Order: sequence, then structure tokens, then C-alpha cells
Amino acid sequence: MTRESRDTEITKAAGAGATAAVRGRKKRKNKENKTRTVRANTLLNDHPNPHYANNKIKTTKYTLLSFLPKNLFEQFHRFANVYFVFIALLNFVPVVNAFQPELALAPVVFILSVTAIKDLWEDYRRHRSDTEINHMDCLVYSSMERRYVEKYWKEVQVGDFIRLRCNEILPADVLLLSSSDPDRLCHIETATLDGETNLKQRQVVRSFLDLDCEFDPFKYHSVIECEKPNNDLNRFRGYIVHRSGRRDVLCKENLLLRGCTIRNTEEAVGIVIYAGHETKAMLNNNGPRYKRSKLERQMNVDVFWCVIILLVICSFAAVGHGLWMFQYGDKRPVFDVLSPQGTNLSPIMSAIYLFLTLIIVFQVLIPISLFVSIEIVKICQVYLIHQDMDLYDEETDSHLQCRALNITEDLGQMQYIFSDKTGTLTENKMVFRRCTVAGVEYSHDANARRLAMYQEMDSEEEECMSHGGTLPRRESVTSHQSARVVLRSQSTKSHRRTGSRAEAKRASILSKHTAFSSPMEKDITPDPQLLYKVNECSSQMDFMRFHSQPMSQLSSDLSDIIDFFIALTICNTVVVSSPNQPRHKVRMRFELKSPVKTIEDFIKRFTPSRLTSGSNSSSSSSLITNRSSNKGCSSLLSSPSAESTLTKLHEEQSSHLEPTFSPVPPCYDGKASWNLEEGELRYEAESPDEAALVYAARAYKCSLVGRLPDQVTVELPHLGKLSFELLHTLGFDSTRKRMSVVVKHPLTDQITVYTKGADSVIMDLLKPLDTGKRQKKIICRTQNYLNLYAADGLRTLCIAKKILSKEEYACWLQCHLEAETAIQGREELLFQSALRLETNLQLLGATGVEDRLQDGVPETVAALRRAGLQIWVLTGDKQETAVNIAYACKLLDPEEEMLTLNADSQEACALLLEESLHYIQAKFLCSSADQAAKAFHTNFVPCEINSSSSLSSHNTSPFLVHRLGLVIDGRTLAYALDKTLEDKFLEVARSCRSVLCCRSTPLQKSMVVKLVRNKLKVMTLAIGDGANDVSMIQVADVGVGISGQEGMQAVMASDFALPRFRYLQKLLLVHGHWCYSRLANMILYFFYKNAMFVALLFWYQFYCGFSGSAMIDQWYLIFFNLMFSAFPQLVTGTLDKDVSAETLQRLPQLYVNGQNSEEYKPYMFWMNMIDAFYQSLVCFFIPYFAYADSDVDLFTWGTPITTLALFTILLHLGIETKTWTWMNWLSIIFSITLFFTVALCYNASCPTCFSPSNPYWTMQRQLQEPLFYLLCLITPVTALLPRPFGVQMCNNYYNGTN
Amino acid sequence: MMASSYNAKEEDGHHSGSASHGGAAVVKSKKPDNTAFKQQRLPAWQPILTAGTVLPAFFVIGLIFIPIGIGLYVTSNNIKEFEIDYTGVDMNSACYSCAKNFSWNSTTSCLCTVDFTLEQPFESNVFMYYGLSNFYQNHRRYVKSRDDSQLNGDMSALTNPSKECEPYRMSEGLPIAPCGAIANSLFNDTLKLYYLEANGTRNEIPLVKKGIAWWTDKHVKFRNPGGNANLTAVFQATSKPVNWRNPVYELDQDPENNGFINEDFIVWMRTAALPTFRKLYRIIQKKSSTMPTLPSGKYVLDITYNYPVLSFDGRKRMILSTISWMGGKNPFLGIAYITVGSICFFLGVVLLIIHHKYDTRSTGADIPN
Repeated sequence: MTRESRDTEITKAAGAGATAAVRGRKKRKNKENKTRTVRANTLLNDHPNPHYANNKIKTTKYTLLSFLPKNLFEQFHRFANVYFVFIALLNFVPVVNAFQPELALAPVVFILSVTAIKDLWEDYRRHRSDTEINHMDCLVYSSMERRYVEKYWKEVQVGDFIRLRCNEILPADVLLLSSSDPDRLCHIETATLDGETNLKQRQVVRSFLDLDCEFDPFKYHSVIECEKPNNDLNRFRGYIVHRSGRRDVLCKENLLLRGCTIRNTEEAVGIVIYAGHETKAMLNNNGPRYKRSKLERQMNVDVFWCVIILLVICSFAAVGHGLWMFQYGDKRPVFDVLSPQGTNLSPIMSAIYLFLTLIIVFQVLIPISLFVSIEIVKICQVYLIHQDMDLYDEETDSHLQCRALNITEDLGQMQYIFSDKTGTLTENKMVFRRCTVAGVEYSHDANARRLAMYQEMDSEEEECMSHGGTLPRRESVTSHQSARVVLRSQSTKSHRRTGSRAEAKRASILSKHTAFSSPMEKDITPDPQLLYKVNECSSQMDFMRFHSQPMSQLSSDLSDIIDFFIALTICNTVVVSSPNQPRHKVRMRFELKSPVKTIEDFIKRFTPSRLTSGSNSSSSSSLITNRSSNKGCSSLLSSPSAESTLTKLHEEQSSHLEPTFSPVPPCYDGKASWNLEEGELRYEAESPDEAALVYAARAYKCSLVGRLPDQVTVELPHLGKLSFELLHTLGFDSTRKRMSVVVKHPLTDQITVYTKGADSVIMDLLKPLDTGKRQKKIICRTQNYLNLYAADGLRTLCIAKKILSKEEYACWLQCHLEAETAIQGREELLFQSALRLETNLQLLGATGVEDRLQDGVPETVAALRRAGLQIWVLTGDKQETAVNIAYACKLLDPEEEMLTLNADSQEACALLLEESLHYIQAKFLCSSADQAAKAFHTNFVPCEINSSSSLSSHNTSPFLVHRLGLVIDGRTLAYALDKTLEDKFLEVARSCRSVLCCRSTPLQKSMVVKLVRNKLKVMTLAIGDGANDVSMIQVADVGVGISGQEGMQAVMASDFALPRFRYLQKLLLVHGHWCYSRLANMILYFFYKNAMFVALLFWYQFYCGFSGSAMIDQWYLIFFNLMFSAFPQLVTGTLDKDVSAETLQRLPQLYVNGQNSEEYKPYMFWMNMIDAFYQSLVCFFIPYFAYADSDVDLFTWGTPITTLALFTILLHLGIETKTWTWMNWLSIIFSITLFFTVALCYNASCPTCFSPSNPYWTMQRQLQEPLFYLLCLITPVTALLPRPFGVQMCNNYYNGTN
Repeated sequence: MMASSYNAKEEDGHHSGSASHGGAAVVKSKKPDNTAFKQQRLPAWQPILTAGTVLPAFFVIGLIFIPIGIGLYVTSNNIKEFEIDYTGVDMNSACYSCAKNFSWNSTTSCLCTVDFTLEQPFESNVFMYYGLSNFYQNHRRYVKSRDDSQLNGDMSALTNPSKECEPYRMSEGLPIAPCGAIANSLFNDTLKLYYLEANGTRNEIPLVKKGIAWWTDKHVKFRNPGGNANLTAVFQATSKPVNWRNPVYELDQDPENNGFINEDFIVWMRTAALPTFRKLYRIIQKKSSTMPTLPSGKYVLDITYNYPVLSFDGRKRMILSTISWMGGKNPFLGIAYITVGSICFFLGVVLLIIHHKYDTRSTGADIPN
């Protein structure tokens, strides 16, 4: 399918190219709009590709010049800023102005500049990382010096020739022109782009394929035409025009993308096509998203309420003013001053003007500093989360990264967690654990101990001295090889003793070279018994081979063992390579033969009669390299050497007597060859399971040494290297759940099918049971062991083989070739063909591979669950594996029931959902209350989804979560996510304690998250590590990426990046809780503070004829929020801990607090408002009565009120603060000192300034008055009295009810 | 902590390795510092509002506030105060006719006399206030309507007053000195106090007009332009405020109390906080230690009635008061302290009872769950 579409793409591109070239010459300009033309920079002295972006990247938003206008423009996107600027400007209108216009601008300017400085700092950081990247080195061909010289990345231009060495990162998008690889291939790792760690092959442009000598840039005179830069990583079209006029098509197989790493290729040369910002990687790199947290949304509602309150009190006062004016009628009192123009304002006009004035005076009600304070606090919170040692991972030297700065508090409000499985819950390190061959279990105790060691090492590093001794020495039963292996594993251990973390670190670095090859995965300690048998077996075979005895004389047990390992070794797609040198592909090249294209051709060349005659075929022809069939094909089923098989069959007659064995001279000294290969061979596998099995086989000296498209070379003990002719590979697919290879066995010369697949499938495909007693026994035993493995949470695979007679094979081959060449329904036919082959298998054994859970996953899952979080696992893995892992990480409980939804059609799915819903209702609803209560008390599982919105569909009793697990597969999920069924699906899923979605596509993952998020109105968190989780991470309220094995894609899309899954516990339970509770309290406090302050002014309006007068000096009024009362709340907002980290970790149920938004309920806003009004009444009327009918003047009276308000507000914060550190004390003392210092300086500074208050010597006089101190004592006490009393009452009540 | 044990050599080796293979070189570990601040382990005091802390606090507050309150209340009660309203709203009152006929435009003064009796003698210094009610000196536009530079003796502000003074800035082309609405509405009643002896003779009581304004106002904030020399010449090019009878340099004969530094003027310029206010008018100083400053008996108050307040329903009062360390007579603060103290005490008792009751019922239920 892919091949087809690519072919059409190529032809299209070529066609377009041809036509373009015809039109080309004249309409060059026109054409350049659609394509890009790249010429080599060596061609001309001046730069031939001038108008293309160079490789310098700049991700900064501003330059020095553009900073101010651009930043201001961006800041004015926030509505609040516009509002405050509007108010400040309103002050410049003389009729309505309340303050000195310049002074009124101060807070706005302050807020804007704080934000601007923050932006500047962020931009500077971006600038620094840009510079770092821009100054990385690469080798660029210099036409002056005629050699490759080191240049910075930023100096690379389009059209430059770049020489790339192994493990270098590509600086730009490069068209591959030459490679040191004999096949003219270049391997790249695209982990940074798409997160896939397996190597991808890229090809040298076709016309440079045959270039045997080294590529010389000066001989390059071609012109490249390709498409404009775009962000599609999987598409590249273009063509290259040579001087001769020859035109070659370019496709994505020729393009090396920026950010990828060159692997396994010593050297490659390419020409830069796209550079800098025009590279596909940069075009894919979108900036961080702006997310608004739930708390902020809630806050905005209350800000809106504040606006309404503001409007109400302003209108009230305006009406009051109008009436006040009206009562005097025409008799104008002396104190009612005319407008500056001397005109007499009507009461109505006055009221309107006053309304505007009051909006200015009361503007503090909308907390200007709230937004900036929240940002500051969030930055501090992010900083503290960053600095947490518990979230630091020693192995990878990475800690948590907060990529979204503004949703820290959302972490404390999560309700649903959607987790990926592989790489998130598990390490994505497949470790071979146990196997059973021919019905005998080999428990691999030593291996288990070895694995246990890895875990212990992590925890008890200091005490690992003793471990060396505990390892039992293998006895003499084992051969010398096995002794060596033991030694080897011991040396690993002694190595660990010096520092397992260092080792692990090295491993992680090594694993950057090759995926899935940490020592844990590689160094498998073989089971001595099995190893002995393998040795025995191979030596027998060796003996037999020497004496030309037929192999069938081997005991069936032993032959099963050897077959088992051969199957492990070859039944996969693992590619062998050595990391630092190009592969040694020493092989003769035969000229290419045209592939079999038609069935006629096939019939002509292939007749069954010839097959029957040949019994002892040669494998010499297996060396034929059929490269054309190998090109970038990811076809489902391919027969790379079907054609060569046929060729060989032709030749068979003539070469009848040729040597039986492979031309590779058998190496008899297994040990020597082992040593030779050890450390050099690396296995590049598409999936970690495959790698694990190959490494396992290698531990038994059955090692894969080479894989070519048509041949697999295996090294066996005693037997040396054997080449298996690879006839077909029937790749893995999710429906068949197995893969097979068809090979020609070099020793027995039989055509053998090795199949590896899920136990459930293979067991059904075995030969009918009546075939033999032995086989029956094997099947029975193996099944037993399989169940055992599954219970241990191992991924099980069955290995089976089948020997085909030549006739059978020929018969099948014919059908298969027909299928391959079919035009319609090819996929289906190939599938059928595969099914035909994989029948009547003979079971060899089974393996148990462990995808090791990450440390602490079960504990984390348990803790998160106790915290009331629903955990759903969405995985692309197959159902069995997912269920196994779910059991392993305690997501599913063996005791609880499991609903499995597997449906083939929409109707079936609907029915299934309906049934399970009935089932749930019947089973649980009648006794739900009882059970829930019980569950709550026994398990600490808060069973209520206690969210008012979630009850919308169920307005009856609160919805309960039962002890029930739901497993659904991808196909059923697709039906269930249909509009008609989604509600039902949700209903079922919601009542289950855990939900497991298997075989789900990335799109489905995001759909599930979206569905839950939108329908249930809950906060969702998605966590994943791979590219397939990106969509889910982006959809969720909070996306968490695991910066693990699978590259950076998930991390790039995430809001938080964690090194390990278990850190989620502290991140959510501790930091999330803290951030939420801190911010919630701070926001409420802000509303309270501002309301309290504004209310003081409002009460005064009753005593000044609603004239908008303020007794508080305008300076205090404006700087009160910004300076005097700002710091303590920031400190509290950053550092306050309502509950200690230890308690939060110990009692995860405290997390429910945040989920239910307990700290900030809508009514709390009003409670705070009422409290604010009460306190302001106290703070206003105590001084009012104390100074009633006295000779006090306006601002002398206002000064104690300001002071009292400050004291009250700070003390209020003090009561709200749960933990007092020295920073809290300091900030409060600082605030008070600051107020008095500023007041004293201000009041002493100028006798004539600061009209109208002109507060000269006011504060100084106040400080001499005993009355002032008496007021300062009684007012805060009275104002705050209800609070501790209320709290105490609540406590008492709480204690009482408990 | 664990990390400290692994040796640096190895680490270096790795990093050079990782650097050489092409990635960005990481020179030092990103491990966060183990400081109390960064790990959020700062030592902290946790004031938990429990019965153990709240109850004593309530009792202590109660015990401190009640005595203070009693003290304040006694002090306030010892202050003698006498107040008489001479607005002339009532038909029977002496100033009725003056109040009725008078307006800002009147050129001649209206005189009226009010008799009153002091029941108790006033010891120590007595402060004489005039009080206005319903007079919104705190009106926003009124408060702003002044020019502090002008009042500070700035010559340029004298001839060119601030815009804030509008519409009382210029009069007939000349700048008004002092400009603005506050100055324009200067209180200009003259009060004279006589002691009516038993034989009917009126004994004028000496009223001191110095020291009624803040010292800083008199000496720093308010200054006559060009010193105190020849105010008439200095104010030559200015016009008197519209409502004034006399120009500013004729406020008093005493050059130390004339012009902008006239203390009555300064006191008026300090705008009152509330619509009912009093302003210090004169001080009656204690003459001897034996005689009360104002003995009990009959008094006569002579009023030159210049200031109309009836148009806005205002009231004018004359107040005689002694003062204490805490200011004038005001029982409020004392009562407030007593009340709050009692409430605290009461709440403490209530809490104690509640706490006791619940505490005995559920022991050891401190930690829920």
C-alpha cells in the first residue's frame, strides 16, 4: 500500500517535473513560486541560492528595537490591561479625574513593565539556546580550500555540501548524495522528530548510486528542483537534473532531516536543501500553547462579579450624588463647587460624571496586581517544582520540566488520568525472563536474581557490597562458555558495586546509540540446564554433520531446543550492526535480476517437477543480493527472495554436488568467534520484544550475526556460522498476531516455517491433538506454563515451527505469488495466503518476556487511586499484554470482575454496552450504598465522583465506581466512540474502577480524552512518552510527557515532562495540592483585600455627599496594593503549606480537596466579600465614631484608617497562613516598615506638593497621638474576631461530628 | 544524599563521552541543590487554630481590653464640654432674625447675643470651638479647590493661581488671593464670650487666638509672599475672594497673624473629614491654679453673624471643652474597648463550653479518617 502510493507520488512528481522543465526556461519566476531550485554552492563564486533562509535559527520573539512596541501590543491583548490603561487615561479628563493623572498611570506602568521584564527574560533564554544551537559544529565543503572545513551551524547555506559522520546531528535538511555504506545507505535515528528509536534507512540519490569513488563536490553540476518548505515530515518531492539532462526523482528516502542523528554510517555527504527555519523540523516546532487553568477560569468569573459589584456601587453612589445635589435645589451651598467653567451642573450630569470618577476611585476592586501576582507566584512555584530533589532522576540526569508556566495549580485538581502503557508505566525495556521448550520449563533463576539486582541496586546502592557474594558460582556442569558467562555477569556486578547509577547512566548513554540495548536487556544469564542441552545438541549436530548423518537422528527434545533458538534468532526483523563502524558487508555482487512480475513468468521459470528432484539444494545462491526488492518496503508481506529461490531452483540441477554448507567457513572455535563479535554487534529492532528474544538467544550462543534481505546468518556453538536462506517473511500484524519466516534450513535442507506469536493464536494453529502423545504432553505443559507466565505479568510468545515438503511449498508459493501480484484486494489475498501457511504447526516452546514496570508504578497507581483519581490506560498494545501489565501495576485486581468489550460491529457494540450497563445496574445498584460505604472505609477509595456537573446526567444518587475493570479493544472503541454510543460507553466506563483501552490509535486516544473531558466536565491529565501519545497529551487539560526512551515528541507537546512515571505521585499529590491550595487561597485573599479596601472608600461616600471624595491619600490608595500589602501574600502564595509533604504522600485522599475545588468554591468568593465588607465596616466606623464631631481634618483622619486597613489585611493573611517561615515574618515586617517609612518620608518631603491632600507632617503628628495607637489596637482585633471564632466553631463541630 | 557517594571521575567520563557524540555538552549535573528553601523544608511555625491557642487568646484580649476601656471611659467622662447652637432656626432663638435676613451679599454685620449657663466650672485650659453641621467640607471638588503654592508664599502662584482654584481663580481680571472655594467660604463669624457676674456686669473673657493651628502649618506650609513686610503692597495686584468682606491682608491687625498665616484662616483651610465638624476657634488659658478657668455661672456669647448656613440646612454651634491626653470628650472608644473585651471574654466562655462538651464525647479524634 505504502509502496504503491509512494510510487504514484514519484511518478507524479516526475511528471510534474518534466512538464515544469518544458515550460521552465521562460517562466522561471513563475515557477519559483511553487518550487525551490537548489544549486551547489561550488558552482559559482557568488552565492547561487541567495534568497533561501540560511541555517541560523532565531526563535526569539523580539529584537532590541521591536521589543517595546511588540511587547506592549501583546500585553494589550489581555483585557485587564486595556481596562487599567483606560482607567488611567480617564484620569486625564478634567471633569471626571480623581487622581493626579501621572500618578494614576504608575500602577499600570508598573504592571506592564513587570510583565515586560518577564517576557524579556524568557526571550533572552530562548536567545541563549539559539546561540548554543547556532554554534554547533559541522563539516562544510569549502570551495576555496577544496576540503571540508568546520563551520558553525548557522553558517551553513542552502546548496552547501556537508559531510556527516557517525552519531552527528544533522544541522539542516540534507539530500543524501554519498554514503560510505556499501549499499549506499545511511541510517538515521529520528527520535527527536517522531520519537521512534529504531533506525531508518535513507538512500543515496539514485544517480549517485553507482559512484564508487569518493564523492567530489566539484564534479557535481546538477540542479535540484523540489517543493517549497513545508512541515510534512513524511513527504518530500522533487527531482534532480543533471548536466546531461538526465532527470532523477527524489523522494523522502533521500532526505535527511534536521535534528536526526546519523547512525551506523561512517560518513555521508549531502547537499543542503532546506536550512534554518525552513527545515521540516523547525516548521513542526510550534511554540508553547497558552492554557488557562481551571482555577483561572473560575477566577475570571469572580473578576466578572467584581466588575458587577463595581458597577453597582458606582451607580448607587452616582444616584446618591444626584439626589444629594437635588435636595439643595437652586440654593447652591458654598461647598458645592461649580465646574471649572463656572457652569452649574445639573444633578443628572453630575451623577454621570461622578459615576466615571468613582470607577477610577474604586478601580482597586478589580485587582490590578492580581494578574501579575499570580504570574509571579506561578513562576516561583514552577521554580520550586523544578528544584525538587525527589523529582530528579539520577540515571538520566534530568528533572521535571515545567513547560507550561501557567497551569501549575491544575495539577492539584485532576480527576482522570489517561496513561500510555509502554514506556510510561513500563520501562519499555523488554527483558527475557523465562522460557519453556518442549514442555520443560527453564526457570532462569539466576537471570531473575540478576534482574532483581537491578532493582535493589537502585534502592540500596550503599549496601550492594554483599551482593557479589550472594551470586552462586555455576558448577562444573556447565561448559566453559557458560562459566564465562557467569564470570561476565559477575563482572557486571562488581562494576555495579562501584556505582550502579553510573552504570545505569552509561547504559542510558549507550542506549542512545542503539535502541533497546541496555545491559539489563542484553546480559541475560542463561539457565545452566538449558545451556547444557544447547551445547549438547549442537555438538551432536556437529558430529552428525561431520559424519554426514541425517539430522533426523537427533532426539526430538534436543532438536526442539535447537529449533527453538533458531526461531528466536531468525523469526524477527532485527538488523545487525556495529555502532561505530559501518557494517562489514563482505559479499559478492550478482547482477540484478528482474523480479518476477507476472505469473506467466513464474510458470515459465518454475515447475513443480524440478522441485521434487532436488533434495539437496545448495545455498550458494543465497548470496544473491536482491536489492531492488528491498527498497524501503514496509509491505505487509513480502517475499524478498522468492525470485531468487526460483533462480536457484533452476540452477539446482547443475550444482547438485556442491558443498552442503554455507560458504562462510564454519568457525569451530565458538569462543574465539564470540570474543571477536562481542561488543561489536548491535541489534536494531523495531520492537523491544524482538531485541529481547535475540539477546536471549545470544546468551545461549545462538547469535544472529547478520541479516540481509534474503539471508540470515546465525552462529551456533560448535556449528559455526550458518546461513539460512530467507524465503519469505510474513510480517507481524495485529489481526494475525504472529509473524512467520520461511527459511531453508542449511543443515536439514528442509523448508521450514518458524512462527512466533501470541499464545492464544498459536495454540489454535497447532497440529490436531491426536498427532502424538509427546506433542500433546508438550502442548498441555506449555499451556500450563503460559498461564503461569501470564499471572506473573510476562508477555508471552509461543514459538512454533512447521516443516514443509517441497510440494506443499510449491503449491503455497504459487498461490502466494498470485496474491502478491493481484491488483485488487491484494492485502486480503496476502492475508489469506499467510493464513494458509500458518497451520498445523508444531509447538516448540514459549517465552516469557517482561516489560519491566518502572520503579514504583504499582505504588504510584495505588496512591493516585486512593487520591480519587480515575486511571485509564490507553495503549496501542495488544489486549493480553495490556491486561497483564494492568495486573502487574495493580490497576486491575485479580479479585475484581473484568468486563471485556470486543465487538465486531456497531450493533454488537451497542448490544454489549447495553448488556454491561444492565449487568452493572443489576449487580451493583441495589446494594450500591452499602458497598460504597464499605469500600470507602476499607480501601480509602473515595467512591463518589463528587462533581456537581458530572451529576448532570445522573441527578439521582451520586454515581458510584464499582470494583470492576473494563477492557475494550481498539475496534470496539471505534464503535463506542460513535456519537450514538458515546454516552453509553461513558456510563459504563465511568462506573468501572479501571478502564483499559487496547490497540487504540493515537487518534482514538485523543478522542477518548476529549470525550471524557467534555462530557463529564472533569479535569484530565494525559501522560505518555511516545509520538503516539502526542494528540492525547495535547487534548488533555494537563499533558505530561515522559522523557524516556522514545524521544522528545511527547515531551515537546507536554506541559510537564517527567523522567519517570512514579514522579507523578509527588507532582500531583504534593506539588499539585500545594500549588492549587496556595493559588486558590491567594486569589480569594486578593478579592478580599481589594474589596475590603474599596469598601472603606464606599462607606465614606455616605459622608461626603457621594462626591467621590477619598479620605485616603491618593498615594496610599494607589500604592497600597502594589507595595504595602503585596509582598506577604506573594510569600504566602509561594511557600505556604497547608499540609506537609509527608502527610500528603501518606494520605493521598487529601487530594480530593483539590478535585472538588474545596479551597475555592463559588460561595467562598461571596463569603470573602462579606468578610471584607464586615472588616471594612469595622475599620471605617471605629475611627469614624472615635473622631466624630472633632476637629480632625480629612487626611489626618484618613491616615489611621489606611494604617488600620493595612494591619487588618496583614493580620488576616497571618491567620490564613498555615506555616510561618522566616520569610513570612520578614515580609510582614517589611511591609509594615515600608508603609511607615514611605508615609513618614512622603509626609515630610514637601509642604506644598501632593495636592489636594498635602499631607505635610500628618503621619508625624498621628504618631504622637495616643488615640492613634488605641485605634490600632482595637480595630484589627474587632475586625478579625469572627474569623478564629468561626474556625474554632467549625473545628469543634467537625470534631463533634467525627 | 545517595548521589554524594558516587565518584566524580566516572561522571566526567560519561559526560565527555556524551559530548563527543555530538549532542549539546552537559557540563554539570542538573541535580537540584539540597537546600531548605529549594526543597521547601524551611523551618516553619504552624499556628494551628485549636482550642488550646484560641481560647487563651480570647481571654487575654478580654482581660486587656476591659481595663483599657474603663480607663478611657473615665477619662472621657472627666472632660467637661458645653455646646450651644446659635444658628437661629428657632423663632425664639436670639439669632433668628440675623439668620433669616443674612446672605453672602450683605455688607453689614448682624449682631446677636446668646445667654447660657455653665452648671459646672471648667478647670484647666478651655478650648473654644465653632462647630458646623451639614457642611460638606470634604466634597471632592471643594477639597481640591486650593493652591498650596500660593498659600506657601510663592509669588508666581500668587499672580497666577493653580487651575484647581477654578472657578474661584480670577475675579475681575485679577488673581484671587487666596484662591479657591475653601478660602472663599472662610468662616467669618466673630465670637466673644462674657462672664455675667451676679451684679449683671459683663466680664469679657480673654480669648487667645495664637496656637490654634498646627505649628507646621503656621510656620512651614503657610507663608506670606515676600515675608511679612507690607502685605498691602504684596497683595496689590490681587483681588479678595468673592465672599470676603476684607482682603486677606486685613484679616488681623497683628502682622504675625495676618495674611496667609492668619491662624483662623489656616484652621479653616484644613478641610474637615466629616460633614459635622468643629474647628478650634480660641483658647481660654488657665490664669491661676486656684480659680477655675471658667467658673460655673451665667455667660453671654456675642456673635457677629456673618456666615449663612440655613440655605443648605446647616447648623452653627459654639463649643467649650477641656481636653485630656486622648483629645476631646468622646466616650465611644472607651465603650468600644469594653464591648470588644466583653465579647471576647464571652466568646471564650462559649468556646470553652462547646469544646469541653465535644471533647469529652470524642476523645482522640484529632485526625479525621
